[in-house]
Amino acid sequence: MTAVVELRAASMRFGGRVLWDGLDLAVEPGEFVAVLGPNGAGKTTLLKVLLGLLELSGGTASVAGLPPREGRHRVGYVPQLRAFDRELPLRGRDLVRFGFDGHRAGVARGDGDARRIVDEALDAVGAGSYADAPIGRLSGGEQQRLRIAQALLGRPPLLLCDEPLLSLDPSHQQEVTALLDRRRREDGTAVVFVTHEINPVLPYVDRVLYLAAGRWAVGSPAEVFTSERLSSLYGATIDVVHVRDRIVVLGADGEVEACHHHIRE
Amino acid sequence: MNLDFYLQQPFAQHALLAGAIVAVTCGLIGPFVVMRGMAFAVHGTSELAFTGAAAGLLVAGNAVAGALVGAVVVAALLTALGGEARERDSTIGVVLAFGLGAGVYMLGKYHGFATAATNILFGDIFGVSNGQLVLLLAIGVFVAGVMLVIRRPLLFASVDAEVAAARGVPVRALGALFLLILALTVTEAAQIVGTLLVLSLAISPAAAAQRLSASPVAVTWLSIGFALVATEGGILASLASETVKPSVFITAISFGIYLAARVAATRRRPAYA
Repeated sequence: MTAVVELRAASMRFGGRVLWDGLDLAVEPGEFVAVLGPNGAGKTTLLKVLLGLLELSGGTASVAGLPPREGRHRVGYVPQLRAFDRELPLRGRDLVRFGFDGHRAGVARGDGDARRIVDEALDAVGAGSYADAPIGRLSGGEQQRLRIAQALLGRPPLLLCDEPLLSLDPSHQQEVTALLDRRRREDGTAVVFVTHEINPVLPYVDRVLYLAAGRWAVGSPAEVFTSERLSSLYGATIDVVHVRDRIVVLGADGEVEACHHHIRE
Repeated sequence: MNLDFYLQQPFAQHALLAGAIVAVTCGLIGPFVVMRGMAFAVHGTSELAFTGAAAGLLVAGNAVAGALVGAVVVAALLTALGGEARERDSTIGVVLAFGLGAGVYMLGKYHGFATAATNILFGDIFGVSNGQLVLLLAIGVFVAGVMLVIRRPLLFASVDAEVAAARGVPVRALGALFLLILALTVTEAAQIVGTLLVLSLAISPAAAAQRLSASPVAVTWLSIGFALVATEGGILASLASETVKPSVFITAISFGIYLAARVAATRRRPAYA
């Protein structure tokens, strides 16, 4: 089977700073890859490359066998939670419908089809009951469910997620990740999931890409989350502790993972 | 009551037709103006229509043509100077201040009859000529046509720019195109209700509409309907009164609709809580 995402010797530089260099990664259909690392390590930049919004400084990238700009319509994208104006005239179903024809200019065609497809997508994420409510009045968990419905509407082979759990409470985090996992298994969708926290996605993750200090590591969570591996990545002493089924990463100046709780715009 | 008599007169018929064209285009772009937080852009481009009109008078003796060319220049200038939401308002303020100063200067230089330029400040709906009507209709058809084609990607880009960009929507280009459409619509509307009152057609109907529905399509229809009621109602009321200018009634009806929509919305609110 061909890889859904393929990065070969990919590198990214901004000015003189190297975000990552010589990155090789192939994501197989149906695989769940979490991308971790501190702020500024280039996690979101990597997603932008896969979306065709940024060019690599070196190496090659392909999505579903195509250059990212051409593969764009085969990619679903779930961003982090954002606040919508309470009065915004947009319902849940309108947000989901963007996944059907939001990018298409011209007079609307096949409205009946669109309605059926949107209804199916809404049902698949259990969002039918609030499909007609204004988006600005929904909870964070409800909004992210709609985002997932939108992103997966065209059954894309690849789903890119940029911190979709940020500023959700733990129970909603669990709900949203479980939903994401169920939906991607149904469709065999590959998932590249950028997050600053491994624990909420740990039960579902196949492999981890860890970016730090211009270096990177790829492997199963058990392979990457070791004191030795992370210490050599960061170039500093890092302790990885397993507490029950959770992973805690401790740096010289405290808990590394907990230091990343910055809310980005 | 002389309304029946007035309705036979070409000037009144022209006014009602011109009012309808302006109402439809304003009502059509209004929801996007509100969604994109561009009320100040409407205000700025409409006041700059005065500068364009003054320049048109000075250069070619034609205020309307000047205002329209001015609208295109203003849209291009605002796009070039900076587009991000927070920066945008200050950019508009800067361009607006300079533009109005330039307008005053050019009006001072003009030695003809300056009513055509000052008309654009307060509107002159009872002075619409056949030629102006044709021009209004042409702009109206252009605006409506473009909006029909870009409606969906523009909506996507307006409410969720990040995801729209990820899906390949040309977010920046659409923003620039919409600014041009807005400047044309506003300039066209300024001939009718006047530069100072354009907001009552480009903002109020849409703001009222979005209190009543969350469906983007329903909001657009409501916004067009409210703009039509305000414009045609205002013109008819002015004719009936014989002394009060239509813009007074148009703004009053617009405001009344907005207040009524807010009251209706508070009653409806608990449904979503």
